[in-house]
Amino acid sequence: MPFIPHTEDDIRTMLEAIGAPDIDALFDEIPANLRAPGLPGVPPALNEMEVGRLLAGFATRDGRPLNFIGAGAYEHHIPSAVWAIVTRGEFYSAYTPYQAEASQGTLQLLYEYQTMMASLTALDISNASLYDGASGLAEACLMAVRANRKSKSQRILLPAALNPTYRDVVQVIAGNQNIAFELLPYDQKGGQTLVSALEPYSGQDITAVVLQQPNFFGTLEDADAATDWAHANNALLIGVVNPTSLAVLKPPGQWGRLGADIAVGDGQPLGVPLSSGGPYFGFMATRTEHVRQMPGRIIGRTLDLDGKPGFTLTLQAREQHIRRSKATSNICTNQGLLVTAATIYMSLLGARGLAQVAGTSMQRTQQLVDALTRVPGVRLAFDRPRFHEAVLLLDRPVKPVLEALARRGIVGGADISARYPSLGNALLVCATETRTLADIDTYAQALAETMRNSAAAA
Amino acid sequence: MKAMHEKLIFEHSAPGRSAEAQYPQVPVEAPIPAALRRAGAPLLPEVSELQAVRHFTRLSQLNFSIDTHFYPLGSCTMKYNPKACNQYAMLPELLNRHPLAPESTGQGILQILYELQEMLKEVTGMRGVSLTPMAGAQGEFAGVAMIRAYHKARKDLARVEIIVPDAAHGTNPATATMCGCTVKEIPTLPNGDIDLDSLRAAVGPQTAGIMLTNPSTIGVFERHIDDLRRIVHEAGGLLYYDGANLNAILGKVRPGDMGFDVIHMNLHKTFSTPHGGGGPGSGAVGVSERLLPFMPVPIVGSDGDRYRWLDEKDLPQTIGRLSGFMGNTGVLLRAYIYMRMLGRDGMQRVSEFATLNSNYLAARLRAAGFELAYPERRASHEFIVTLRREAHEWGTNAMDFAKRLLDYGFHAPTTYFPLLVPECLLIEPTETESKEELDAFVDAMIAIRREAETEPDKLKGAPWTLPVRRLDDVRAAKQLDLTWKAA
Repeated sequence: MPFIPHTEDDIRTMLEAIGAPDIDALFDEIPANLRAPGLPGVPPALNEMEVGRLLAGFATRDGRPLNFIGAGAYEHHIPSAVWAIVTRGEFYSAYTPYQAEASQGTLQLLYEYQTMMASLTALDISNASLYDGASGLAEACLMAVRANRKSKSQRILLPAALNPTYRDVVQVIAGNQNIAFELLPYDQKGGQTLVSALEPYSGQDITAVVLQQPNFFGTLEDADAATDWAHANNALLIGVVNPTSLAVLKPPGQWGRLGADIAVGDGQPLGVPLSSGGPYFGFMATRTEHVRQMPGRIIGRTLDLDGKPGFTLTLQAREQHIRRSKATSNICTNQGLLVTAATIYMSLLGARGLAQVAGTSMQRTQQLVDALTRVPGVRLAFDRPRFHEAVLLLDRPVKPVLEALARRGIVGGADISARYPSLGNALLVCATETRTLADIDTYAQALAETMRNSAAAA
Repeated sequence: MKAMHEKLIFEHSAPGRSAEAQYPQVPVEAPIPAALRRAGAPLLPEVSELQAVRHFTRLSQLNFSIDTHFYPLGSCTMKYNPKACNQYAMLPELLNRHPLAPESTGQGILQILYELQEMLKEVTGMRGVSLTPMAGAQGEFAGVAMIRAYHKARKDLARVEIIVPDAAHGTNPATATMCGCTVKEIPTLPNGDIDLDSLRAAVGPQTAGIMLTNPSTIGVFERHIDDLRRIVHEAGGLLYYDGANLNAILGKVRPGDMGFDVIHMNLHKTFSTPHGGGGPGSGAVGVSERLLPFMPVPIVGSDGDRYRWLDEKDLPQTIGRLSGFMGNTGVLLRAYIYMRMLGRDGMQRVSEFATLNSNYLAARLRAAGFELAYPERRASHEFIVTLRREAHEWGTNAMDFAKRLLDYGFHAPTTYFPLLVPECLLIEPTETESKEELDAFVDAMIAIRREAETEPDKLKGAPWTLPVRRLDDVRAAKQLDLTWKAA
């Protein structure tokens, strides 16, 4: 029996100890009319060799196209050591460290992670992770409502240049608690959120302002001005950030005169593979004064009975298993294994390596933009400084172009036309340090031919 | 020789050192305007690749895990995670696929997810499945949000109260609050069943639904589920099934057949995806006919032999999106591989041997003099021992037993949950443990009980042999030390 160790003798001895005639008798409290007649709709078992063949077939069908999409998930080099260690059974098959003494490995790693994330965001403290960046922002909005005691309005301003899926998720998760979200427009020429759009709200009761840096278009925002405006109007500032960028960009804790109040984002760029969308992890950092409003697990260092330092889950009085309906969030299991990957990744790269990854990605994206905008019918949407993504405008619908590129083994970017109709035919592209100049050249040539062919066809 | 202590990674750092094989070496100056540039480097380690590998390998050795220890943590289903599930989920093509890549480049992964949806429908008896929730608690959120959306769509706006048994997992009431609902607790009878009279008194035009785990968190099957369903449905409420304990009933009874309207499954419990030191989980949801329009998106649909994502355009009444993309795909892959390896018969064996192990362990502990919380009931895949006598007579409580078990090389069962049983251990052995392992656990419990009687300090001071002794949680919460600072 796969994964079940019992021999016939074991089964007999165990049933005798229980005093049951057979295994089926152990289900005798289930009303007979509800008993299922088995699971005929599930296929028969495969052994490991067969399942391996099956999965290899699926994988081969999908292949390995050359990827130029970012849009919230970024392809970076992942050092071999990261997943070699992450998949060790001692990390992979342990659970939430409820028994601290038997989980010091996971707990110390999470404490190291919290230290790294607090420093990367330039804030005081970090939690031990949330599910992903999008749901993390929803949690940050709920937290801001609890933390900003000066505000009664539950009004939160979201930029239109924030990742639109994040907007959707925030609405779904926080929307049931009577929070009103209002949209801040972006500059059609530069792609940055207009700080002047905040002016109409001056003097009003606003709970929080959200700002994404770099924003969904890759454009760099004027984070200082937005942060100072928020604080001048008794609002909290929530920064949504890309962790790779923080090696070179001003981190949330340094925004404006006082710094952002909460930083969240998706930790995927830190050693987590794209994997069709997950699992990734969300990170959250804040100032010490807000720690009791923060959702999720938090690890603290303390002393044991002998006065020796050790690590434990702390501030559990915030959490669902203690506070139940009054908890800061319902989150329980989070994304521990991905945080393990990120902690090892950050240890291997260090500040210098992360800055090199960020800088090289910016350079590659600039080279990509230069190459693609030389193709007739392609131009750059925004002229402001950017990080490692850019919006291109095509002279025709994006989707057929992307499909034609996909047939040539190129995943050419994200079609954002439907989410931003005022932009027209808009394509969001990204190149990280993993793309070579030859890759960029391959893409540019394929795009030129695709555009030529479809023009000819039209 | 196993590590017993390991310095912080920052204490291994030396300025200028790094793992230079891991990033581009051509110096680049990021073209960032001065006003947007970071001032001062972040505090990240400066270590060689070997130093990092050794540090994190040593840290791993400070953990208990399924691969190294029996881990009978009740309600968590700590079963063996087959290595094939990880290996084949990490094929490069699957690992490197961008979530927004065209569907034409992802027919393989989409077919896997589609088939997983179909298998989960069969296993649960539900009409539709959405894989997108990223953990059990998010599955709960999706479930309650769908219940709310259902009542709202019917203009039945007064239904905002969720009924929760007092034995429920803490995420249930917390979820109800997050969905903007109020919570009403109802009591459990001394025999472990829900008090139906209290339920009858609790339901009304304000009832949105009830959240139930069956078998319940006290490890027994709710025998009057038919009556319970009738009471809630007749009052206009819906039934939510918390799938935390699905391992107990796989192939034996299906939530859909019990009349539940919505269920979440913890794929990291029943379907053996790794717990990862606290995630990632995966909380797929299944729904009955009437909740189909409200399922969270995206969902995989099939047009004949082509697979595609169904989104807001296909389900205009959806509660919406819960994640940046499509949930924890890598976890779903592992669950798929596990289910294919078990097949229809293997899945039934899961509940059979999980229940056999649980009842055997319960019978042996009872014979050894331990008090079961519900001795007259059949154990499901887990059961509760109450140590109130040991606490009363010798002053050794459930936490002391738990910590002493660590010295004996066993991860402790869940302690002090559910809250309504005093000094309790919630014990879930799972189907993948051998009789020898269970017998060794019983021997340890007997030995600890003897110590409790003769040398109680051995328990109160435990653990003695782990990397640290019992930790000062009060100090941790009062003198917050959440990040390391250079001296």
